[in-house]
Amino acid sequence: MSTSQPQRLARRTLFLASGTGLLGAALTACGDDAGPAENGEPADLDAALEEGGELTYWTWTPSGQAQVDAFMAAHPNVTVELVNAGTGTDQYTALQNAVAAGSGAPDVAQIEYYALQQFALSEALVDLTQYGFADFEADYTASTWSAVNLNGGVYGLPQDSGPLVMAYNQAVFDEFGIAVPATWEEYITAAEALHTADADRYLTNDAGDAGYAQPLIWQADGRPYEVDGENVTIDLQDEGTRRWADAWNRMLEPGLLAPIPTWSDDWWQALSNGTIASLITGAWIPGILQGSVPDGAGHWRIAPVPSYDGSPATSENGGSAQSVLQQSKNPALAAAFLRWLNHSEDSVGVFLDSGGFPATTADLESEEFLGAAPEYFGGQQINQVLVEAAGNVEPGFQYLPFQVYANSIFPDTVGTAYVDRSDLNTGLQAWQEQLVTYGNSQGFKVN
Amino acid sequence: MRTINPKVHRRPHSITHPRKSIALTLIMILFLAYALVPLLWLVINANKTQTELFTVSGLAPGGSFALFDNIVATFTYRDGIFGRWLGNTLLYVVAGAGGATFLATLAGYGLAKYAMPGRRAYFAVVLGAIAVPGTALAVPTFLLFSRLGLTDTPWAIIIPSLISPFGLYLIWVYTLESVPKELLEAARIDGASEMRIFFTIAIRLLAPGIVTVALFAIVATWNNYFLPLIMLRDPDWYPLTVGLNQWSAQASGVGAEPIYHLVLAGSVITIVPIIAVFILLQRFWQSGLSTGSVKG
Repeated sequence: MSTSQPQRLARRTLFLASGTGLLGAALTACGDDAGPAENGEPADLDAALEEGGELTYWTWTPSGQAQVDAFMAAHPNVTVELVNAGTGTDQYTALQNAVAAGSGAPDVAQIEYYALQQFALSEALVDLTQYGFADFEADYTASTWSAVNLNGGVYGLPQDSGPLVMAYNQAVFDEFGIAVPATWEEYITAAEALHTADADRYLTNDAGDAGYAQPLIWQADGRPYEVDGENVTIDLQDEGTRRWADAWNRMLEPGLLAPIPTWSDDWWQALSNGTIASLITGAWIPGILQGSVPDGAGHWRIAPVPSYDGSPATSENGGSAQSVLQQSKNPALAAAFLRWLNHSEDSVGVFLDSGGFPATTADLESEEFLGAAPEYFGGQQINQVLVEAAGNVEPGFQYLPFQVYANSIFPDTVGTAYVDRSDLNTGLQAWQEQLVTYGNSQGFKVN
Repeated sequence: MRTINPKVHRRPHSITHPRKSIALTLIMILFLAYALVPLLWLVINANKTQTELFTVSGLAPGGSFALFDNIVATFTYRDGIFGRWLGNTLLYVVAGAGGATFLATLAGYGLAKYAMPGRRAYFAVVLGAIAVPGTALAVPTFLLFSRLGLTDTPWAIIIPSLISPFGLYLIWVYTLESVPKELLEAARIDGASEMRIFFTIAIRLLAPGIVTVALFAIVATWNNYFLPLIMLRDPDWYPLTVGLNQWSAQASGVGAEPIYHLVLAGSVITIVPIIAVFILLQRFWQSGLSTGSVKG
């Protein structure tokens, strides 16, 4: 087995990436690398579709099965088995174990943008430029394309995007005479006014969540991570990060943020009964509110995210790409499926019908999409706000090549500041300290 | 001035008539509540619709009677995968816990009744193995199985479940106590083979011990979570524990689709068989547990 420098780095990356580090470390000794498929060409895709075959596709996207069914109807020679191997981190653990073990990975998998760098760097994913995927750049929003365009390659096609916006409960705002805040200054004032008027109500919730803090830091112009190969810089006290932390402290310390973890059953309840009056969230929120918070019908509205300086700058919160795995026995067929999945009207149409927020500009800018005025949102043309936000995502934010691990220790560090309602900057410093130590122990050159 | 109540002297407290302690009773009631309130919560909430779960809080009843609807939905959701998980769990319990009980009985009896070199060393190894929690072995087991190409197959769950050092130890001790040497000698004189002695005589005497071991193994396999979590990727092989967790996790992230009503109904369905097993086998359980507690 060769031990060239990049490969060694890749192996070490496996180690750090798996939640149970032990797995990767011991397994790298026996994991046979699948032959890197780097000599394909665009014509292979149609040929592969013609020839047919079997694929395994890991996803937790609700419309996944409907999309797969539509694909198989259009391409009867291909059989795609959809496997729901878990949501988010659960799936990454399984995927990382399969990558480390050298077998068991699917052909195509859903990976959130924040985790994509980690899998790309560990050489788990196929670079799709060989199949001509670089030509698709113009078809996707700039921010989602830059999320899959890593280290000079294309490591996936964007499924959806989540430009940061504000969803708010108009009924609660009206009841307490709150105007829709356009700046964070106004937002903080409104948070205080609402909680003072009714101690049971909060303008928003945040119990400490790395997947939420980072888009907020991004939106405040923070760029805490810089990744260049194995050289990594972490500065969780840069100007933008501090800007966010200082603003957030003003809500956290006086107890203006509901200590309800997002996605918990309490959170769903609080959205239903108006305890939480607004969310700073991704553009995918309308589908979720409509689907799972029926009591909010007619009450919710969408607005741009509050700004620090009056500019419409926003960031990406969540969203996934689908990628082809190196272990795939038939990468051309896998890439052909992926091209259909995230780059065809048929498939994106199914995804749209399920309430998703796509990443393809043609769908985002279609008149039908922009003109939609769902009653749930009081007839507001919400997509106009959402699509505008998609165009205002600030570029240049990078995630760490061990972001899944980083997010997993957020609760132990920044999370304690949330619990004590103390200075977030102290928590961020503690987080940074642990990340630097960890990154260095994994073979990166950090700071 | 004090008068002594003569009644107290006439009825002294003894082992059979212990003094009643208010403090201890209160503590017992607390423990009872601690054990039963979550169960009560589960049953009440499994009876709510998804909307009621978000609007009616905690132990308050939801108003509608949705338990049966929820159960039906649980079994039909996502092409009825819950039924598959139930079947998987039963398979793991029958093959894993059944096999563990059988092997523990064979080995425990053999070690107790046949002299062989290294028996003491074996005893020490078994005792040591009891002290190692299964969770600690899950990762090494994963590495082994991944080399053997057995991960993501039912064998990855069944084979590790076959080993029960505690069961072996229990049968060993139980055999020493309840299978008299004289009986075996008499059988041998009558010409019975060792196999026949084991299957027709010993196994009957060992029944309470076997049931105890089986109960332990069934509970452990039924609740097994960490091992299948790391061994299995394909939901078609999930047991109920991992499957329900996946359903619960579905309430988060960009494509969030909370189905708590199904998670709760599924949980109720999951605990019913284990409660039934306990109630049915309770008396064996008690007699088996006290084995070896009086004389060692």
